[in-house]
Amino acid sequence: MSKINTLEDLNKAAKRGLESIIPSKTKVMVGMATSGIASGAQEVYNALAEEIKKRKLDIILSKTGAMGMDCIEPLVDVLQPNKPRLAYSKVTAKKVPEIIDQIVKGAVNGNKPAYRMDEEEFICLNENKPYLKGPVPKDLEGIPKIGDVSFYKKQMKLATRNCGMINYESIDEYIAKGGYFSLLKALTKMQPDEIIDEVIASGLRGRGGGGFQAGIKWQTCRRAHGDIKYVICNGDEGDPGAYMDRSVMEGDPHSVIEGMIIGAYAIGSSQGFIYVRNEYPLAVANLQRALDQAREYGLLGKNILNTGFDFDLKIGKGAGAFVCGESTALMTSLEGKAGEPRAKYIHTVEHGLWDRPSNLNNVETWANVPAIISRGAKWFSSIGCKNNSGTKVFCLVGKINNIGMVEVPMGIPLKEIIYEIGGGIPGGKKYKAVQTGGPSGGCLPDSLIDISVDFDSLWDAGSMMGSGGMIVMDETTCMVDIARYFIDFLEFESCGKCVPCREGVYRMNEILNDICDGKGKAGDVELLESMSQGIVDGALCALGSTAANPVLSTLKYFRDEYVAHVRDKKCPAGVCKALIRFSVSDEKCTGCGVCLKKCPTECISGEKKKTHVIDQTKCIKCGVCKESCKFDAIIVE
Amino acid sequence: MVSFIIDGKKVEAEAGANVLQVARKYGIVIPTLCCHESVAPSGACRLCVVEVKKGKRTRIVTSCLYPVDEGIVVETKTDRVLNVRRLVMQLLMARCPESEVLKDMAKEMGIEPQPAFHPDTDKGKCVLCRLCVKACEDVVGASAIGLSGRGKNKKVGAPFMEDSKTCIGCGACAYICPTEHIIMESTDSKRKIWGRTFKMQPCDKCGRYFAPVDQLKFISDKTGTPMTELAVCMSCK
Repeated sequence: MSKINTLEDLNKAAKRGLESIIPSKTKVMVGMATSGIASGAQEVYNALAEEIKKRKLDIILSKTGAMGMDCIEPLVDVLQPNKPRLAYSKVTAKKVPEIIDQIVKGAVNGNKPAYRMDEEEFICLNENKPYLKGPVPKDLEGIPKIGDVSFYKKQMKLATRNCGMINYESIDEYIAKGGYFSLLKALTKMQPDEIIDEVIASGLRGRGGGGFQAGIKWQTCRRAHGDIKYVICNGDEGDPGAYMDRSVMEGDPHSVIEGMIIGAYAIGSSQGFIYVRNEYPLAVANLQRALDQAREYGLLGKNILNTGFDFDLKIGKGAGAFVCGESTALMTSLEGKAGEPRAKYIHTVEHGLWDRPSNLNNVETWANVPAIISRGAKWFSSIGCKNNSGTKVFCLVGKINNIGMVEVPMGIPLKEIIYEIGGGIPGGKKYKAVQTGGPSGGCLPDSLIDISVDFDSLWDAGSMMGSGGMIVMDETTCMVDIARYFIDFLEFESCGKCVPCREGVYRMNEILNDICDGKGKAGDVELLESMSQGIVDGALCALGSTAANPVLSTLKYFRDEYVAHVRDKKCPAGVCKALIRFSVSDEKCTGCGVCLKKCPTECISGEKKKTHVIDQTKCIKCGVCKESCKFDAIIVE
Repeated sequence: MVSFIIDGKKVEAEAGANVLQVARKYGIVIPTLCCHESVAPSGACRLCVVEVKKGKRTRIVTSCLYPVDEGIVVETKTDRVLNVRRLVMQLLMARCPESEVLKDMAKEMGIEPQPAFHPDTDKGKCVLCRLCVKACEDVVGASAIGLSGRGKNKKVGAPFMEDSKTCIGCGACAYICPTEHIIMESTDSKRKIWGRTFKMQPCDKCGRYFAPVDQLKFISDKTGTPMTELAVCMSCK
């Protein structure tokens, strides 16, 4: 591949890319991000390759990232010339021949796609390119358009604009979507200060959790003394249930790289690092491939786009410490030392990596930059709400129907995320709370269901945006147990440098364990509160000073559950084993004998068609009887 | 020079100094465990926290690290500050129940152990202040010991917790340890530390055993001074 030096060169690559995005022959794409692979996409991909080869078909088989609706993966998208793009959900290797049949016949029967797309949005170019030419074929009329699917209806994809749309292995496809045109614009038509002004005007706030104005950070770093400066991408996403950044790094690595090159030019940096946790092997591989491609095209290295600007990027792999998502710990780890944070009284934009001015933003923040440069600050700031412009990517997990990754305009009511996009709570259960902001975030109760989802509102409610995890809980979730879960996670992940986090979180975990085990004592709740304040004030880094949040926010909104555990020795949600008791309802039991057979300790007895009895001395409270009873006859108290 | 207020008193200090240094200069008592004039501060123990008001913002900071600044208002004994110090002391006493140093400090600060914390039995007297590690690395230059693991299982020791191969027996770690956790056993001709027994060098002049042979070799290698010159104790030099 020859180097790209001019707009003409870039246009040529874009043309090649467009031919592969919307080709003149049939293309089949498999969602092959980690979420897809985890649900069997690799087997589906292999089966498709085999079937295409066996039938000697002229079909392009391609890989793409994650569209977000993980609960219906593996996804196979079929794009035939001049027809809508069809998305087949929950595809298995077994279903492949049937899908190929439909492609060959050109008709949908039997295997119905989940949705169709009539056109593709090219965000950076501000245009939509049609797949479909002419009216929708009769047999496809009944298939909903993607925009009508409740999961997608209220979403707006900026940072994840190319995820699930382009082949993540192709730089040309990225360029066709408007990629690297922003870089060309920045390097040839804008001064560094103009870029910074644009980012400030856009109102882009750091998506990693802190929500600091990205443009201001860039400006401070640009103005900091020192001839060597670094730009860093934080891809050390470690919150349980969060995988937004992984999806972007896997599905659209070039968007991060392009954002970083633009940022480096604006700040005056010639070296950057992408810090990725090594538990994300696909992200590492896709980023590495993308870096090689960009270097081959002359988009990284010396004299980028023939403008005289030099910049290169390296991947730093994390060794699996949660604390390395904290900026100073991340930089220490990049330096090759044990990842421990330091006090930030002197900011990293002045003294960061190897004591040089360093600008760190997270994956999602960087991925937004090319879109801001191409479409302008005014466009970006028109999305979202006051002081919170743009979109935010969330991972919706837990007790929710539509598990997946969603990108929504800032300021969307939480209710719409939970009930419209997320499709509500499974099994007709009642919504109880959502944990936002990862382990250091907080739980928002039902009374806050109408809250506007933005940095400031979440903070005011005692939680935080964090990087974007959303763990939904229903009435069967015990909030004390949840607090214990997160505190346990944080105890395990504490680096151990400062006393309040290392010893304090460990002692809080002990107290919470005692409470859940029915050994809670009067004064425990008050002690937890006072310890929390000491940890908030006393811990060294942001991980430590937010470590008490799971306890503080559950205490704030669910104090009665703590009281029930400590005073009444009861777990209202029926979760904490030491505090619950299983019995059989005389009214509802039909004596069918299913629980009796399933019980692992054989502690259930009873004659056929007569009420069964649980021997409390042998019951281990595993809950199998309750799960297996069709008549809802098992009582948990 | 910058001027600011500490506990209601107007004070002056060199720019670049930290709050703890200035406070101590003015006779204000702030407890510390991980602070020592020979090594750079790390902010690990959190006992030295103070409350700082800068502009409109008031927050708790670590005085050993916080650089003084024109116009800041520092309070060293507010309720918030004392709450952090109490928590830290109670947590450390639960970690190291045998430490007399901690007990004395707590007594002076008027802090009782927290009965809800079950005392640990496996941590000895180590509060993980990391002074020993810093002294070994930054002052001595031997880097014989380090920190391994994380969280409450973090530990000071030689690599892989084996008997140290690079320790020179200088004892700097034991001297700097604020809680007397590091044990150094000495007889006239021998010294035992970090699993190794070191032979002591007798003074060429007075015959008194004064330093481990390995330490003198280390110094000789580093500085180029011949061993013969080093084999004389400080009193006879």
